Amino acid sequence: MNRKLLTGNAAAAWGARLAGIDYVPAFPITPQTEIIETLSGWFERGELQGRMTVPESEHSMITAAGAAAATGVRVFTATSSQGLLHAMEMIYTVTGWRAPFVLVNVSRGLSSPITLEPDHNDVLAARDSGFIQIHCANCQEVLDTMLIAYRLAEHQSIRLPIIVNLDGFYLSFTREPVEIPDQSEAREFVGEFDPGQIKFRASMPESQAVAVLGGSPYSYFRYETHLAMLEALNVYPEIADEFNARFGRFHGLLECFECDDADYLFVMMGCFATKAKDAVLRLREAGIKIGLLRPRLIRPFPSAAIAAAVSEKKALAVIDQNLSIGKGGILHAEIASVLYGIGQAPPILASFIGGLGGRDISQEEFFEIAQTLINASKTGETPPPRLLYTAREFKELKNLRAIAQVERQQLKENQP
Amino acid sequence: MTDTRFARMKDLPSTHWLGAGTPMCAGCGGLQALHQIYDILGNKTVFVNAAGCMTLLSIYPFTPFRGSWLYTAMGSAPAGAQGIRDALDILLEQKHIPPEEDLTTVVLSGDGSAYGMGVSATSGAIDRGLDFLYICYDNEGYGNTGQQFSAGAKTSTSKGPRGYPGYKKDLFALWAANKPAYVATVIGAEPLDLARKIEKATQLKGSRLIIALSPCPTGWDFDPKESTEIGRLAVKTGVWPLKEYQDGRVSHTKIPKERLPVEDYLKVQGRFAHLFEPVRNEAMLAEIQQRIDDYWADVV
Repeated sequence: MNRKLLTGNAAAAWGARLAGIDYVPAFPITPQTEIIETLSGWFERGELQGRMTVPESEHSMITAAGAAAATGVRVFTATSSQGLLHAMEMIYTVTGWRAPFVLVNVSRGLSSPITLEPDHNDVLAARDSGFIQIHCANCQEVLDTMLIAYRLAEHQSIRLPIIVNLDGFYLSFTREPVEIPDQSEAREFVGEFDPGQIKFRASMPESQAVAVLGGSPYSYFRYETHLAMLEALNVYPEIADEFNARFGRFHGLLECFECDDADYLFVMMGCFATKAKDAVLRLREAGIKIGLLRPRLIRPFPSAAIAAAVSEKKALAVIDQNLSIGKGGILHAEIASVLYGIGQAPPILASFIGGLGGRDISQEEFFEIAQTLINASKTGETPPPRLLYTAREFKELKNLRAIAQVERQQLKENQP
Repeated sequence: MTDTRFARMKDLPSTHWLGAGTPMCAGCGGLQALHQIYDILGNKTVFVNAAGCMTLLSIYPFTPFRGSWLYTAMGSAPAGAQGIRDALDILLEQKHIPPEEDLTTVVLSGDGSAYGMGVSATSGAIDRGLDFLYICYDNEGYGNTGQQFSAGAKTSTSKGPRGYPGYKKDLFALWAANKPAYVATVIGAEPLDLARKIEKATQLKGSRLIIALSPCPTGWDFDPKESTEIGRLAVKTGVWPLKEYQDGRVSHTKIPKERLPVEDYLKVQGRFAHLFEPVRNEAMLAEIQQRIDDYWADVV
């Protein structure tokens, strides 16, 4: 075993390498490009066997990825933000092919305005596609999740593609010490890809992804995919336990940090949750019993595990790094759907939006959120959803506008 | 053409690979061409399909194909072919499958995909030198949805007195400009010419395109039994030049000795009725004839 400083991107590339991938259709996009550059170097130096191809778009990239997986090779690909959206038609399409592969999405806010920095609206646009979604919070978790993801995707009762998500910049470009498992041990854990019946061979003609007429066969296939994905909730814990036994690191459906005796919980996904952890520790020093709940699997949604984890808490604050325009936080709505009708549901479920386009969520804001929960819990009234944005930020924005105005005026005056 | 096993009509395959009973319209010129093409390609093929009329050939749980099939989407069938070709090559290299398990990768799309939405994926595939055969059945419109404009003539979304104001995109030239292995135009009404071109295409490696003009009774508005005759007229009037591109050269495989007036082709199709009724549009007819004459003036 070997310990190295790796960025989140490099950790993703290492995960793919250790999983024994055969084929990488890839298209560059910030902040993901380092992943495919790393893989491309390994292919060129012969450290990876197989093939890499660079199609002209992410739409083609996902088509090629699905088609290759449906032919029976182990496929890896990666994208981000606009790339994921450009591929969205095929993201939905390939899940019905039941051809497993792993796609890393390096989260980045969506246009417009166009930006490079992270939030989760990109990956959540793929929420209902049929891709399993696993969200990571640190570089080690990225590498480990890659190995777990191939096992899960290729499991005979699941056979679905998986998105492993990491946050752009904060995780993609942050170096952390990462234990790189031994190649042979990683391969032993992941195993050989058995494409089963789904493959194209001259001796076994097969029609894949054919049309259906009418809602009945359509429903049959959609239900089948849904049930296969739900089965991942049963299979995942077995694989996570096996990973833990072999490599000594456990990555569950959820991460529960200081949850057991907590009265209050932050609920977050992705690497900003590590900021919440810091806040939890400081709030606990101040005597506030608070914890963090971080769902790793977003699809399938680990409803039962979440319900158990939040049962009998006084109040939850879901902090969404995404915004469903016209509704609010997506994770908030998902959590609410889990709680309705369960006996011990927390009486307060508050919603906060923050961290859009890489905007920081400060410790002071976490403290404020905690205070809001405590107050709400006393009054029994759920506070209205809040969009985190400070008066200072607004002032800075106005200052920038004023500077731009002055500059424009000067340009006008200096015109010949 | 030399070294062909198709010297005369009786050399054409007598066993037919494509099953019957498909939901294509009666008199479908695309299906006619596909039958002939499939007879030569055979079942060691995987057809990668883009959204179009022929997507309805395979409806769960039926298919007329004896070989394999993958439906992708309207815009990315060549990328599907890329994934399958690459995967088969990897499996062959790693000796996970024996050579006899290999398949010819064939894209099957209509003109809407081939001339429009799929051009990005197609140009990428040619650029990468993808070893595949692209078959475009060209019925000059979005036939599956009621013949809306794609790159054809008068259509349901361009019903003005002039019809579609532009001229047809030159897909042949678009491909040939990028120096692929082979490009050819065919038509089901000329089966010998078609068979020789498919035969040649199968003997080559790299990106290859076959464009089959596909008379469409439903979209073009003619009696299904006239389909073959209209195909013949397309060739005899010079509207559909039968040609091929290989090694940097374009050659015409069937030059009509005495071209019939284009009117003969136009007046038998309802889609061109606006050129004849309520009054003959002499100016338009002359303009169309002139364009065809200009084309052939450069050929012969």
